[in-house]
Amino acid sequence: MKRKSRLKIQKDVIALNIIAYTFTALIAILCLLPFIMVISGSFSSERAVAANGFSLVPQDFSLEAYKTVFKTPSVVIRAYATTTVLTVTGTALGLLLQTMTAFVLARKDFPWRNGFSFFFYFTTLFSGGLVPTYVLYTRTLGLANNYLALLFPLLFSVFNLLIMKSYIMGVPDTLFEAAKIDGAGDFRILFQITLPLIKPALATVGLFIALAYWNDWYNAMLYIREEKMFPLQYFLYKQVNSIEAYKKMIANNQVSGDVISTLSLPTQTLKMALTVVVTGPIILAFPFVQKYFVQGVTIGAVKG
Amino acid sequence: MKQHLSNPPEASVQKKIPSEKLGRFGKRVIRNKILLLMILPAVIYTIVFAYYPMTGVVMAFKKYNYRDGIWGSPWNGIENFRFFFKSGQAGTVIRNTVLYNVAFILVGTVTQMAVAIFLTEIRSKHFRKISQSMMFLPYFISWVIVGVMAFNIFSDDFGFLNKLLVAMGFKKISFYITPKAWPFILVFFEMWKGVGYGSVMYLAAIMGVDTSIYEAAALDGCNVFQRIFYVTIPSIMPTVIILFLMSVGRIFKGNFDMFYNLVGTNGNLFNYTDVIDTLSFRALISSKDFGMSAAVGLFQSVLCFITVVLANRLVKAYDPDYALF
Repeated sequence: MKRKSRLKIQKDVIALNIIAYTFTALIAILCLLPFIMVISGSFSSERAVAANGFSLVPQDFSLEAYKTVFKTPSVVIRAYATTTVLTVTGTALGLLLQTMTAFVLARKDFPWRNGFSFFFYFTTLFSGGLVPTYVLYTRTLGLANNYLALLFPLLFSVFNLLIMKSYIMGVPDTLFEAAKIDGAGDFRILFQITLPLIKPALATVGLFIALAYWNDWYNAMLYIREEKMFPLQYFLYKQVNSIEAYKKMIANNQVSGDVISTLSLPTQTLKMALTVVVTGPIILAFPFVQKYFVQGVTIGAVKG
Repeated sequence: MKQHLSNPPEASVQKKIPSEKLGRFGKRVIRNKILLLMILPAVIYTIVFAYYPMTGVVMAFKKYNYRDGIWGSPWNGIENFRFFFKSGQAGTVIRNTVLYNVAFILVGTVTQMAVAIFLTEIRSKHFRKISQSMMFLPYFISWVIVGVMAFNIFSDDFGFLNKLLVAMGFKKISFYITPKAWPFILVFFEMWKGVGYGSVMYLAAIMGVDTSIYEAAALDGCNVFQRIFYVTIPSIMPTVIILFLMSVGRIFKGNFDMFYNLVGTNGNLFNYTDVIDTLSFRALISSKDFGMSAAVGLFQSVLCFITVVLANRLVKAYDPDYALF
C-alpha cells in the first residue's frame, strides 16, 4: 500500500465515497418525500391544492383540514381507542402465547419438540386459503362484527415463534437443569429465569405483533361491517376512499350546532390531515423502536 | 421430579389409561405435563385457525350455498377450476403474480444490497444513522397510507408528478387509466417500503465478513471497488442466495395489501395489476362466488407448497444449515 502513490489510493476512495453518499442520500430522500408531501398537503388550504396540486412544501399555511377532522373528534377517537385496545391486548396475549410455545420447543428435554415444531411449521407451507378462513370466522365461529375477528388472526405467527425459539435456545441448558434440580416448576423456570434473560426478544417480537395489529385493515375489511367498530387503518381506508361520506358524517355530527354544508369542507387536504393523524404515533414512536426491528431481522437471519 | 413421581395415579385417572398399561409413552406424557400444558393453547389455536380451514379446501370442489354450508353443499367436480381457467383470467393473474414477484425480488435484492454495501463504506456515523432511519420509515406504515401517498403523486388533478410534467411542458399522464405505468409504480413502492428493512439482513452479513480478508486484499493492492466486487459481494453471496431462494419459494403469492391499496377495484388496470390474491378476493367478496374463489385459493396453495418445497431443496443442496426443514 505504501508503495502506491497516496493520490491514487485517495482517488478510488473519493470516487466510492461520492457514489456511496449520493446513492444512499438519494434513496433516503426518496423514502422521506411521500411523508413530507402528505404533511405539507395537510397544512395547505384546499384552494391551493385544487389549483396547484400536491407539493413538497406547503403552498400556504392553513389548519382548515385539521379543524375539520377535529370537528367531530369522537369519530377519530373511537377508531383510535379500538386500535389501541386491540394492539395492547393482542400484543400481551400474543407474546404470552408465543413465549410459552417457544419455551417448550426450545427445551431439549421435551421429547416431542421436533414433531410439534413441524406441526407449527407446516402451516406456513400450506394453508386453506382465503375462503375456508372466511367461512370459519363468519359462519363456523360466528365472529362477523366481533372484535375477536380482529384479535385472533394476528395472535400467533410462526415467524415470531421461530425468532423467539432461536433466542431461547441461546439460554444455556444448564440453567434450566439447575433450576429443575432446585425444585422449580416449568412455569417458574419460564417466568422467573428465562423471561429476564430474553428481554430483547420480548421487545422485538412484541413490537412485531404490535405493528401488525396497529397496521391491520384487512381483517376489518373482511369481518367488520359496523362503522363504529372500525380500527384506525380501516377507518382511514374507508374515509379516503369515500371522502364525501366522511364529510357528510362530519356535517351531521358536529357539536357546535351551526349548520354547515359539506361543500364548505375541504376534500383533498382533509384526506391528508386524517392520514397524518392516523400515522402520527407510529412515526413518533419510531426512533425508539427501530433498533428492535433491526434486531429481529438479524436474529431471524442468523439463527432462524 | 419428586412431585412428578407422586403424581402418576391421579394423572392416569385423568387420562383414563389404566396404570399398568401406561407404558413408556404415558409416563413421558406425565413427566412433561406442564410443558404440554404450556404448548396446548398454541396447538389448539393452530388446529382451529390453520388445520381446520385446510379441510375447507373441499369447497373448491363444491357448489357452495350458504344454507347447506361447506359439507352439505352439493359436489361440483372440477367445475370451479374449469370456470377459473376458462374465464381467461387464470393466465393473466398467474403471469402477473409471477412477473411482479420476479421484478420485486430482482429490484429489491439489488437496491437492498447496494444500500447495505454503501452504508458500510460511509464513515460518517450521523449520516449513516440518519439515512438508515429515513429508509426504515416506510416499513412502519400500512399499505393504506402508501395508497394515499401514491394518489398524491399520481392523481390526475392533484398529483405531484402530473403538476411537474405540466410545469415542464409535457402532457399529463392519466396514471389511473394507464395500465402500463403500474408495473413501474408497484415495483417502485415495493422497493420503497422494503429497502430499509431488507438491507439490514445484508448489513448483518457484511458485518460478519472476516476483516483479515479485507486487509489481505488491501495488501495485494486492491482498490476499494475491487474490494467490493471481489471480497464483499462474494462473501455475502451465501446470504444473498438463501434469501433469493426463499423469496422464489413465495413466487405465486401476491402481496394483497399492496395491490388492493394501490390499485383497488380499478378495473381499468387489471390486465397489468390483477394477481391471484386479488382475483380470489373479488370472487369471494364482490361476486360471492365461494366455489371459484376457493378453487383459485387451492390452486395457489398447491403451487406455493410445491415452490416452497423445491426452493428449500435448493437451499439444502446449497447449504444444509439454512434449510428450513
